[in-house]
Amino acid sequence: MDDKIVLKYTVSPDDFTRAGEASSNVKAKLKQIGVPPEVVRKAAIAMYEGEINMVIHANGGEITVTISPEDITIVLADTGPGIPDVEKAMQAGFSTAPDNIRNLGFGAGMGLPNMKKYSDIMNIDTTLGVGTTVTMVIHMQ
Amino acid sequence: MTVQEIKDLLDARLLSGAQFLDKEVHSACGSDMMSDVLAFVKDQSVLITGLCNPQVIRTAEMMDIVCLVFVRGKVPDDNMINLASQRDIAVLSTELPMFSACGVLYNAGLRGGASIG
Repeated sequence: MDDKIVLKYTVSPDDFTRAGEASSNVKAKLKQIGVPPEVVRKAAIAMYEGEINMVIHANGGEITVTISPEDITIVLADTGPGIPDVEKAMQAGFSTAPDNIRNLGFGAGMGLPNMKKYSDIMNIDTTLGVGTTVTMVIHMQ
Repeated sequence: MTVQEIKDLLDARLLSGAQFLDKEVHSACGSDMMSDVLAFVKDQSVLITGLCNPQVIRTAEMMDIVCLVFVRGKVPDDNMINLASQRDIAVLSTELPMFSACGVLYNAGLRGGASIG
């Protein structure tokens, strides 16, 4: 029996006003199927930060969300510039976002740290000039 | 504290969510940086902000924020108000600046996520 739900989204580049639509959709879906509210919130925040990152840094990308009875797996794949120093990028407060992004309320250097904070497992696979794939797993309990 | 009490204390205008005036708010967060807001998770919070763009509503949505207060007389556009209303978020606008708005609510007993001492 296939008890997994797979959701796929394309995040458009440079459209900051629409950023978050995919996360909003996933949040609604998780709520609808009865996932506990704290799990929904963790997944929604982690994915939303990832979605914002894709718009800011990577010219958009593809998000695949797989919901199983045990966990939620969010894979954010982009063909952006890659992350030169992942360890540095993981530090709270470190940011390479341009000033115009800061004026929009992001670029505080909290994106990746927040994604790690709200996911139970996070893996970053990045190659300079090729792209980045971030995989986050959030357990149902 | 209820949304109605926040509205009265800040002499704020209600832009959306009249049906949520009786909702209880347990904690508050004041920031223009949405990533800082996203690092702070509390149940039934109010977000006080001077930032006025659709990502404020999205951030509030992801965090299950009950009520948004825009300071310095900022008024979100219709799209933002519609988005908030679809997501069951009450929206207020006050003429007070950020520091004063936070001070008034703190003085009335509302607390943030962190405490000192």
